[in-house]
Amino acid sequence: MSVLQIPTRPVSVAGRLRWALADGWTVVRRNLAHLKSQPGQLIAELVFPAVMVLMFGYVFGSAIPIPGGGNYREYLMPGLFGMTAFTGVLATATVVAQDAGRGVMDRFRSMPMARSAVPFGQTGADIITGALAMAGMVVCGFAIGWRPHEGPARTMAAFGLLVLLRYAISWGGVLLGLMIKEETLDKLVPLIFPITMVSNSFVPTGGMPTWLRVIADWNPVSAIVAACRDLFGSPGTTGSAHLVWPLAHPVVATLLWSIVLLVLFVPASVHRYRTVDH
Amino acid sequence: MDDPEIAVWAEGLRKRFGRTEALRGLDLEVVRGTVCGLLGPNGAGKSTAVRVLTTLALPDAGRARVAGYDVVRDADEVRFRIGLAGQHASMDDRLSGRDNLRMFGRLYHLPERVARARADELLERFGLAHAADRIVKTYSGGMRRRVDLIASLIIAPPVLFLDEPTTGLDPRSRGEIWDTIRELVAGGTTVVLTTQYLDEADQLADRIAVVDHGRVIASGTPDELKATIGTRVDVVVRDVATLETAAMVLKSTTGAEPEIDRANRRVGVPVKGSVSFTDMVRELDQAGVTAEDVAMRRPTLDEVFLRLTGEPTAEEAAA
Repeated sequence: MSVLQIPTRPVSVAGRLRWALADGWTVVRRNLAHLKSQPGQLIAELVFPAVMVLMFGYVFGSAIPIPGGGNYREYLMPGLFGMTAFTGVLATATVVAQDAGRGVMDRFRSMPMARSAVPFGQTGADIITGALAMAGMVVCGFAIGWRPHEGPARTMAAFGLLVLLRYAISWGGVLLGLMIKEETLDKLVPLIFPITMVSNSFVPTGGMPTWLRVIADWNPVSAIVAACRDLFGSPGTTGSAHLVWPLAHPVVATLLWSIVLLVLFVPASVHRYRTVDH
Repeated sequence: MDDPEIAVWAEGLRKRFGRTEALRGLDLEVVRGTVCGLLGPNGAGKSTAVRVLTTLALPDAGRARVAGYDVVRDADEVRFRIGLAGQHASMDDRLSGRDNLRMFGRLYHLPERVARARADELLERFGLAHAADRIVKTYSGGMRRRVDLIASLIIAPPVLFLDEPTTGLDPRSRGEIWDTIRELVAGGTTVVLTTQYLDEADQLADRIAVVDHGRVIASGTPDELKATIGTRVDVVVRDVATLETAAMVLKSTTGAEPEIDRANRRVGVPVKGSVSFTDMVRELDQAGVTAEDVAMRRPTLDEVFLRLTGEPTAEEAAA
């Protein structure tokens, strides 16, 4: 065997940070390599929203009136963008739960790598896969007649918000994946859709019974969807008589939601990863 | 406890998971360059001991040092000096074997070029080069274990922990893993091996620690452990009617209580100290017992294990 020089751990704060970043990047590369070996997974993630586009855009949409008038399919696309950002929680949780169940995580934890590298790497890779899924949706949207109307700056701002929220949701996924076994996680799948649907993503909340409308209006899904409609200039943003605060200020509300989720989930996930099985 | 000749040292390790006490004061000492077999029934605490020694779990009480470093206080130093191959192949099964090894190399902060070369070298050396670029999911059980073992060798760690490395493998794959372990030990690696298989411990271990209910209840070389039970004498009689007579003869000559196996017309007795084999045969003859077979033999490790833990081993239970 050749003589192997094993690096020693840097003592300085800067050196350790550099190692932690390198570890995180290694985990990002690993998660992205999964896309190469299993492109089907990304496609599967795209098929569901595409089906929703068809179902709602052409089947139910014809019967759903938009407050203030307008094309339902233009109304629908921001709703689907927002929904995809949320359903990503399950994709993340599944990968993390698989790692934990199959022992890869044990190997990571038996190695002298930065404890935070695995959750940061996982969520970092999610930004990229999330953006790819979003790009697929944009293509779908263009195909059915959706257009951003407010210029490139506001369009980019909308996608920026979507990516930020998706990132915050990812951290929730990491925590979920560390706490719940893969088999149990599968049973949670049907729950995620009602959560994303009790919102303004597919229909205006104005027609819901009061108690449900309150839940829908305060659902973070509604905030991001309203923010996107605002920034894209989609129909359905005006003419609502009951605007609650998060829907009146959807961009600020989405930023606040993202910050709250990150503040809750980042430390909790890192702590959980560090101490799981301790 | 800074003796550089002691690679693994544990004292009074305790670990509780909810209501179950997995470790109840486990002590262990493994000399550098030797193989220590942790032998015990399922749920005895072997795996928990390995998890504590490899920094995956924190002990509730007790202390342990691996390669000279405290597993709690200097966990990262320990992690630079150990390799771990678990019961489950701890690989990313959506990556190829080569990509897995490169990734682990990078996580040890080997320079990219070195990480690549090291992965190739290990795959070549342990006969997995042909499958290196297939994703691990497509590997057979034996190949998974082998690549998992290889992954724990990336930094050529001085101490290697193998948690049931051959459980569920066919005899051929098991033999290959054994060969690899022997090769590593010949190169000076210290190995801590947990196993439910006595032949595995007998084949590989220099010393065996029998673990039961979270503690080491006996330890020594395989020979020493066998000697604690002593020798056995087994007599197979021609006529089953003379079995009782034979048992009385064995009892009077050895002073121990014989065990009668009527189905096989056999009576056996453990022998401690020295007994004259010829005397025994003559007395059987005088009592009118015709023996088809009289044999004096050392106990198997299975018998030692059964005696110590009161439980059959996995192999016996499966038989």
